[in-house]
Amino acid sequence: MSENYVPSSKFGKWFNDRLPLLTLSKHLTDYPTPKNLNYWWTFGGILTFCLISQIITGIVLGMHYVAHADMAFNSIEHIMRDVNYGWLIRYIHSNGASMFFLAVYIHIFRSLFYGSYKSPREIIWILGMLIYLLMMATAFMGYVLPWGQMSFWGATVITNLFSAIPLVGESITNWLWGGFAVDNPTLTRFFSLHYLFPFLILGLVVLHIWALHVPGNNNPVGIDIKKPSKDTVPFHPYITIKDLFALLVFMIIFSGFIFFAPNILGHSDNYIEANPLVTPKHIVPEWYLLPFYAILRSVPDKLGGVILLFASIFILIALPWLDSSKVRSAIFRPVYKIFFWILVIDVLALGYVGAMPAEGLYLLVARVATIYYFAHFLIILPILSRIEKTEPVPLSITEPVLGGMPKTEMIRSDKKNV
Amino acid sequence: MCNTQTKSRTIFLSLIFLLFAFNQAQSEEKIKPLEVDWTFKGITGKFDRASLQRGYQVYTEVCASCHSMNLLSYRNLGEKGGPEFSVDQVKAIAANFEVEDGPNDEGDMFTRPARPSDKFVSPYPNVQAATAANGGAYPPDMSVLVKARKGGSDYIYSVLMGYEEPPQGLELDDGVYYNKYMDGQKIKMSNPLSEGIVSYSDGTNATVSQMAKDVTTFLTWSAEPHLETRHKLGLKVIIFLIIFTILVYLSMRRLWSRIDSEK
Repeated sequence: MSENYVPSSKFGKWFNDRLPLLTLSKHLTDYPTPKNLNYWWTFGGILTFCLISQIITGIVLGMHYVAHADMAFNSIEHIMRDVNYGWLIRYIHSNGASMFFLAVYIHIFRSLFYGSYKSPREIIWILGMLIYLLMMATAFMGYVLPWGQMSFWGATVITNLFSAIPLVGESITNWLWGGFAVDNPTLTRFFSLHYLFPFLILGLVVLHIWALHVPGNNNPVGIDIKKPSKDTVPFHPYITIKDLFALLVFMIIFSGFIFFAPNILGHSDNYIEANPLVTPKHIVPEWYLLPFYAILRSVPDKLGGVILLFASIFILIALPWLDSSKVRSAIFRPVYKIFFWILVIDVLALGYVGAMPAEGLYLLVARVATIYYFAHFLIILPILSRIEKTEPVPLSITEPVLGGMPKTEMIRSDKKNV
Repeated sequence: MCNTQTKSRTIFLSLIFLLFAFNQAQSEEKIKPLEVDWTFKGITGKFDRASLQRGYQVYTEVCASCHSMNLLSYRNLGEKGGPEFSVDQVKAIAANFEVEDGPNDEGDMFTRPARPSDKFVSPYPNVQAATAANGGAYPPDMSVLVKARKGGSDYIYSVLMGYEEPPQGLELDDGVYYNKYMDGQKIKMSNPLSEGIVSYSDGTNATVSQMAKDVTTFLTWSAEPHLETRHKLGLKVIIFLIIFTILVYLSMRRLWSRIDSEK
């Protein structure tokens, strides 16, 4: 790559000698990318778009929003009614959160399927998990800001979780609340943090991409680049245009929500102003947190539930070491592939029961699915990665496999599978 | 191999299906709300202007004696996409209400006729007064009511149409009424609509279902005043995006054909 890139203009050279910003941008566009990436790889770009879109709409909303328990609800309605295109900006922001999570879940499961978390990309994976964790915190606090019934009671349920911690639990909860119940101090600090966290995410995203640029992209067959000249294409224009195409398709779906079903992903109770004296019948978080909510409620003991909830996220950080298989892509791991799909269904089932009352059959399914979730990572993967008989991997991205199957067909069949 | 995969998938899918079926069976105990073919439904949906104006009449003559709408101003009644009363009509409507203003130069509060820029005048000075005057049940503010209830417009319409004689054997307390679409079938609001309770200025026959439709249309607008703009803009945005996507797709195909033909 052009380490010794020289700008053509005089000013460019003068500037670049003092701050090599242009060299950096050249480095970004020069990025050689495997040529066999499929559309599951376009979600990185889509997520970057989501983050920037959330930050921009969020900054505008912040200009009109009033973070006060008595005024927050009405200030949101002021945005919806009187601010020019305020309804559009708010609907982009609120539906944008859902689209952000939709994209991040696809991105994470893509990584699980193609083994992108494996050596040498462990740091990318860990950074990604930290981003995901911050996203959940940000989304949760953002949901509190309209100060509707679900905002208030969601905040009450989640912050109360910390009271399960022995000895210091109560102090921590009071500290989070800024008082003895969810109230105005809770709202103002959540607003402050909701404004801060996206920039932390942005910082982590830069590191995430930086770490990605060291080994380069993984790819559907999961093998290293052998001959850069044959196996890769320049990031620009080949990947940029593919990412743009996928982003546009994503935006069409996104627009469908914004313009024609803007409230379908939210809960109607959040259009009722927060009332500490009236508890809603069912307190449910937003859809993207439901699997974790199901895990939390599947344990009869509060502390146990909280521990499992956090464990379910932190276990993912250890994934690169739980799965020791040398073969990355599930295409060549016939048994892992089955378990991958079972995990997908397991998480979907958890999400479904998370939305239902924790009783009867729902509770039973939640418990079975929770146990399976942990078994997948703690038992199945460590054992499987040692005993599984993997299929032969191709010599290179462009070369046929040892068995003689041409590469193109393989990629096609893979697409159908996903 | 493939067999095991399909098998396990089938098992899980049928389990999920079972759950849905179970849920369906549970929710069937609740009565499904009536479905109305609203003009504002669908991607090109618009409000029926005349219905909005009639709906405002129902609100102001019937509902407004208990329910506030404190997110709306009189000026909203004349804005585009709403009932679209003329400027003079809006001024005349506002002038019917007295609002407290002040303090004046002597430091006293005084009342004056409302102006279009004023918020809708509430029937009660505060929530406590409203609650006390209505047998302990606060009549909810109706500004965003349609969005604050599951089922939206259909649900509001259904509740207005859902008053019935209670089934035999059901004892109702004083001030509690039977309504088959309400949660728990009990409601503290007496049937607000009866044939001819308002006389429409445009000559429309004021049947209960007509009034219920009109006032629900009005409430849907008040909850989502920019619905028409949203639908119109949405259509443009999506058409633009589709054309742009096709162009980008074709450019992408052309660009990648160089790579695809290399091997």
